[in-house]
Amino acid sequence: MASITSGTPPNHKLLVDSHAILTELPRLRRYARAMLGDRAAADDLVQDTLEKAWSRVNQWRAGSDLRAWLFSIMHNLRVDQLRRPGLSTSPMDDDDLEVPTRATQTDRLEVRDLESALARLPEEQREVLLLVALEELSYGQVASVLGIPAGTVMSRLSRGRERLRLILDGQQPSIPLRVVR
Amino acid sequence: MSKPLITEADLHAHVDAQGPLARGTEIEAHLAAHPEDAARVQAYSAQKRALQEFFNPMLDEPLPEALSQLASRPTAATAHQDKPFLRRWSLQRIAASVVLTLVSGAAGWLAHGQYQQAERMAQITPLARQAAVAHVVYSPDVRRPVEISAEHEDQLVTWLSKRLGTPVRAPKLGAQGFELVGGRLLPGNSGPVAQFMYQDASGQRLTLYVSTEIAANHDTAFRFSREGQINVFYWIDGKYGYALSAGIDKGALARVASAVYDQLDRN
Repeated sequence: MASITSGTPPNHKLLVDSHAILTELPRLRRYARAMLGDRAAADDLVQDTLEKAWSRVNQWRAGSDLRAWLFSIMHNLRVDQLRRPGLSTSPMDDDDLEVPTRATQTDRLEVRDLESALARLPEEQREVLLLVALEELSYGQVASVLGIPAGTVMSRLSRGRERLRLILDGQQPSIPLRVVR
Repeated sequence: MSKPLITEADLHAHVDAQGPLARGTEIEAHLAAHPEDAARVQAYSAQKRALQEFFNPMLDEPLPEALSQLASRPTAATAHQDKPFLRRWSLQRIAASVVLTLVSGAAGWLAHGQYQQAERMAQITPLARQAAVAHVVYSPDVRRPVEISAEHEDQLVTWLSKRLGTPVRAPKLGAQGFELVGGRLLPGNSGPVAQFMYQDASGQRLTLYVSTEIAANHDTAFRFSREGQINVFYWIDGKYGYALSAGIDKGALARVASAVYDQLDRN
């Protein structure tokens, strides 16, 4: 149902159109993949996001940022997923795991370990880090996508980056423990 | 840490080129004076580049058909929810039907014989039948045929002896072409029983079922029983009941059974 002719930039002032959504799809997939670490689960999440977007397309404010809107839908779906009853776990306090160490890192990053290091970040730090590093959203956009205050974006970004650095340097070998109740 | 002049947020804004340009010089000066902060900023920038290099190739991948179709507004027939729900549902159904098939297959195997002789159901399951069922359940398992493998034979024997409350051991059947794979503990009619599993070069498996639940303390000669495709030789020796099961012919199984008997008789 593409209404925009090819070559024309997507016109957000009119309608959500399939061309505009198609343009955002690769980014949604990349982000979901980086968030979940699993290709199939990521595509499922993107699919759910698109379905949700179409089901509430009337709520989309014309002229607003389509990308931010889609990422925000995806974030909320992810939050719902995590809330679903499963094994009841509660994250340990972040500060329990902070390891005060002197910086000894080199510029070298072991890319092979990047995914597993990323997976060891708390979800809330990972999403901020990825929205900033991969999507290159402004801090303000991140705050609006995640529905959190700007200060929280900065503290999560700061913690996430520092933790990722320590993990990649092999300075924090402990896996973030979770308490099973 | 940084002085109040340059905040943590400033450092990140610097990495992400999000701060006002005018701050750039101040931050550069701060970093020159604070090597630890400079090292962090450098590391964070490296992280960011590494993340982009690692995940950016996904942007160029062709989109799965299911996703690119969903870029268009769904028609009424493919209204949201229905599509993924059905797909996942059918996967679950397939999984469930596989489980059902397995369960009903196993149940059918067990029911075979039991329903032929209904009066037997109230009684304890005979030794040969218990052994044959245990053989059928565990010997086809390629990945986890045993609980403790032959590598840890000492632990296996010690553990099984402790659980059965009496010494048990695994006979050596190398001369008959069978090597120990390992063993496991199983529930018998009223308590624990042991199963040792062996395998020959062709992968043919044989199990020795050892029960200490024998109430009547009278020895028996070899007895032979055929349970489905499985041949079973069994005998009672004092308080021990032994059953040797395999899907091999009666003569070959008898020779192995003699070897087992000879070794265990010398306890």
